[in-house]
Amino acid sequence: MPFDIYNFTSFTQWIDSSLHNAMSPFWTALTEMVIIGVLVLMFYAVVGLFLVYAERKVCAFMQNRLGPNRVGPFGIFQTIADLVKLLFVELIPIKNADGFLFNLAPFIVIIAGFMAIAAIPFANGLHAIDMNIGVLYVIAVSSMGVIGVLLAGWSSNNKYSLIGAMRSGAQIISYELSVGLALITIVILAGSMQLSVIVEAQRDGWFIFKGHIPAFIAFIIFLISSTAETNRGPFDLAEAESELTAGYHTEYSGIKFAFFFLAEYMNMFIVASIAATIFLGGWMPFHVGPWVGFNHIMDFIPPFVWYIGKTFFVIFLMMWFKWTFPRLRIDQLLTLEWKYLLPINLVNVLIMAFLVLMGWHF
Amino acid sequence: MSNEWLILFFLVGAIFVGVVLIFSGIVAPKSTNPQKYDPYECGIPTEGVTWLQFNVGYYLFAILFLVFDVETVLVFPWAVVMKEVGMAAFIEIVIFFFILGLGLLYAWKKHALIWE
Repeated sequence: MPFDIYNFTSFTQWIDSSLHNAMSPFWTALTEMVIIGVLVLMFYAVVGLFLVYAERKVCAFMQNRLGPNRVGPFGIFQTIADLVKLLFVELIPIKNADGFLFNLAPFIVIIAGFMAIAAIPFANGLHAIDMNIGVLYVIAVSSMGVIGVLLAGWSSNNKYSLIGAMRSGAQIISYELSVGLALITIVILAGSMQLSVIVEAQRDGWFIFKGHIPAFIAFIIFLISSTAETNRGPFDLAEAESELTAGYHTEYSGIKFAFFFLAEYMNMFIVASIAATIFLGGWMPFHVGPWVGFNHIMDFIPPFVWYIGKTFFVIFLMMWFKWTFPRLRIDQLLTLEWKYLLPINLVNVLIMAFLVLMGWHF
Repeated sequence: MSNEWLILFFLVGAIFVGVVLIFSGIVAPKSTNPQKYDPYECGIPTEGVTWLQFNVGYYLFAILFLVFDVETVLVFPWAVVMKEVGMAAFIEIVIFFFILGLGLLYAWKKHALIWE
């Protein structure tokens, strides 16, 4: 069994070929589907549950308290306990609500998360689908979640939900432009939209360092706008508790509410892993040009660990934002996007194009 | 794997949500109470209809978004071939962004970017 923690390509090919030897093509495809499905499901559940726990711990840390510490060591089973409790909570059908859309909304938000995971490269040779339009695909699919949010708010027959959903819609579509343009800045530098090619192009230096100041500005803009796109504080107008009770998911009870919660954290994970992949080199280790010894030590750390480390660093940044800044008003939010981020971004793309044209990047 | 495998991810998501919802529907307790099914409005009975007109501002931003989003789709292929095409591509995009910027400036001057 050619298992190599630094390169999974031979391992996955070995599984594929040994399955092919044992079974007919149809059963091979079916078995692979089941294996991948179970793996993705487990990954989704584990990451979602862990992030909820991490958020509560980070929040507690920021506010100088302990956070969950009763269920299991350091409270790590707290989220599982919460989930089991939510599973046994009654699902209340709301009077006069649009039943079909009301039940469809959780499906859409969860499916959007699952489909976005498909394109993310986790380690060398460890990605489900290596699309040649990876960057475009991920931003397209991850913004599909806004349809679920709008449906949830509209179908609930609740005024708070409707206001929350409309705000969320305006916010997500506005900030999506900045996400797109910030990624375009790096696509110019990489010359490709395929995520594996983008990671490979960062072998001799991450794009945030390679691209001079424009890449750094793009990273900052990406961080701000992806925080807004995932409806997280300080941009959590869609569920501003003090004014809208719980925003678009006010009427959702039990496990349906848990789906929205899970989807929110998965979206956070997806944007953080895109930030890590595009700007911080994905699973590439950190190298400093002439320091050979240092580079060897960095190479020794497996790619998967690098990827997870970078992703959780970005997630920690986003949690830090949430517990540091006060919530914006909607006019401030839209002003920030349309009058500051968007013009800066347009100019930034041009500067980056000029740098690449002149060959002034590293 | 090829792109057809995307349908697998779609199915995994749909089956996951469906199965968990059905399971929860079976195990969760049920009790009836006429007031329980009312939409939540801070504890008092609901007033009036919910589905009514909302601020036109959302609509304006949606239109602006449409313009810029179509532009993003156009710029992505440009970004991929930028290095190979060279100067011509750069000049083209400068002109394109100039026109786009004029559009944004127009919306700005018409106070379309001001909320309320």
